[in-house]
Amino acid sequence: MGEMQIRPLTLNFGPQHPAAHGVLRLVLEMDGEVIQRADPHVGLLHRGTEKLIEQKTYLQALPYFDRLDYVSPMNQEHVWALAIENVLQIDVPKRAQLIRVMFCEIGRILNHLLNLTTFAIDVGAMTPLLWGFEEREQLMEFCERASGARLHAAYFRPGGVHQDIPDGLSEDILAWCDKFPKFITDLETLLTDNRIFKQRTVDIGILTDEQALELGMSGPVIRASGIPWDLRKSNPYDAYDEMNFDIPVGKTGDCYARYLVRVEEMKQSLTIIKQAISKMQPGSVLAQNNKITPPRRGDMKMSMESLIHHFKIYTEGFHVPSSESYTAVEAPKGEFGVYLVSDGSNKPYRCKIRAPGYFFMAAVDYMSRGHMLADSVAIIGSLDVVFGEIDR
Amino acid sequence: MDTKENFNTKIKSVKERLSFGHSVSEVLGDLVESISSINGQLVYRCELDKLIQILTILKSNDKLDFSQLTDLTAVDYPGRFLRFELVYQLLSISNNQRLRIICPIDDGQIVPSITSIYKSAEWPEREVWDMYGLFFSNHPDLRRLLTDYGFEGHPLRKDFPLTGYVEVRYDDINRRVAYQPVQLTQEYRDFDFLSPWEGDQERIHYSLSSKEKDNKELGKSEES
Repeated sequence: MGEMQIRPLTLNFGPQHPAAHGVLRLVLEMDGEVIQRADPHVGLLHRGTEKLIEQKTYLQALPYFDRLDYVSPMNQEHVWALAIENVLQIDVPKRAQLIRVMFCEIGRILNHLLNLTTFAIDVGAMTPLLWGFEEREQLMEFCERASGARLHAAYFRPGGVHQDIPDGLSEDILAWCDKFPKFITDLETLLTDNRIFKQRTVDIGILTDEQALELGMSGPVIRASGIPWDLRKSNPYDAYDEMNFDIPVGKTGDCYARYLVRVEEMKQSLTIIKQAISKMQPGSVLAQNNKITPPRRGDMKMSMESLIHHFKIYTEGFHVPSSESYTAVEAPKGEFGVYLVSDGSNKPYRCKIRAPGYFFMAAVDYMSRGHMLADSVAIIGSLDVVFGEIDR
Repeated sequence: MDTKENFNTKIKSVKERLSFGHSVSEVLGDLVESISSINGQLVYRCELDKLIQILTILKSNDKLDFSQLTDLTAVDYPGRFLRFELVYQLLSISNNQRLRIICPIDDGQIVPSITSIYKSAEWPEREVWDMYGLFFSNHPDLRRLLTDYGFEGHPLRKDFPLTGYVEVRYDDINRRVAYQPVQLTQEYRDFDFLSPWEGDQERIHYSLSSKEKDNKELGKSEES
């Protein structure tokens, strides 16, 4: 028998696969059980957010950001609020900054809870998911009490936050902070030294620091590869410069290191939440600028001027002078940025959303080559991808 | 007190950024056309044929060390002589500095791909091709990224309508997804948000003058 040319098997992974974390169609070229090439087909959740934002006023564009990474909505709103504040040069009251920091860290825990537990279920551990969702539900309740919505909050506004947090909320969050470490301990008991979990994640999908930079990684992924880069420290926005916290850094850059970094980040988030609450003083939560922020409801009922301002802000919106800015925040997944081009009208001229997951997904081909089929699931799980932000 | 301290740190960082900007300009020399600081961010403008050279220098220079391409996108200005602007966002982690390179190009001009310099540019370049129809030469795999299989047009161009041209529905009889031209049950409501007191003088003027014209024509017909 002469030599035979064997064509690699093409395997369709998704878009309806539970381990695809949403709508990912991954076309894999397999040599036996080894992946030769992975070709992610994204865009199944493409909604044209950037085009839609160009048609809306600045304030109407804000809720679109909730719907990008729907696992931690408020972190996305934050970058939009900061981008507008940067272009308009408005200052945010201290209390609003602290409330934002508090909810950003709640968002980070929300995100990591979902990612770590779904990652665990992808590699065979069922229980963490069930436990994690219970904790997530409590956190989403806090979001609901502040904004009225569990997920799509539209709470962070240019100039501050929409409303002050209700009485008793910060006490309840503190009480939750006291009992959450026990959950982290329980989670770690289940996973950190778990033999099966380690067999599936240690030395899988290794990224060196140079590769991570080259591939545009950010957030926990780049930190797991040994680069201590966190925008909350390197370029502190809002009240992060007053917060005292550590950046966990991984050593190996594999799936297991990414898991460990996220677990440690949850612990650090807890200390930030506690600090933010302890620093909160009574005061205004929205910049007093009637051309940009709406008047209080009470004023509106009493004063003609306020009523006019309210009407103008919610119909015409505010005008942003012709300018441009790139603003980035450390979202739970990584660097989430907005490149905003304004032309002096009441609508953004161009709004490019830089999602961290987009670059993670682009790296899946690079990372999964030469790995087994089952490892691709662990790699996707550890990268923390959500298709709301990748497809936009 | 707090706000004052914050203000001071901001001033310091802007100063640092400007001095960093000077060192970048020294390295790049005549390659860039203009340098500006917009909202405290460094922005360099350059011509398309210098782009590869500039990016290679920025990445390989040990002092500047722009090791990461954060983002790559385009902006459409239909009224301009060179219709598009390519925007490259660079990040130097060791210096904690960012840099933006803007490169104006015309419709149909071929852009050299920078995937050989920054591997992370692969998907963003595919997206720019998809959304704006700008072609990148030497790209390893320039397919559409976000739009549907077989999609036509480039959605983020300003002349592409928000509703698009086709809509999809599931065809029960043929048991597959069917494409058909967009049918809107109601006209797309494009509100004129600009205030009636100061905005849109032209339209008011136009409607007034057209009324006068109508009246005149009416008068004429009466006369005849």
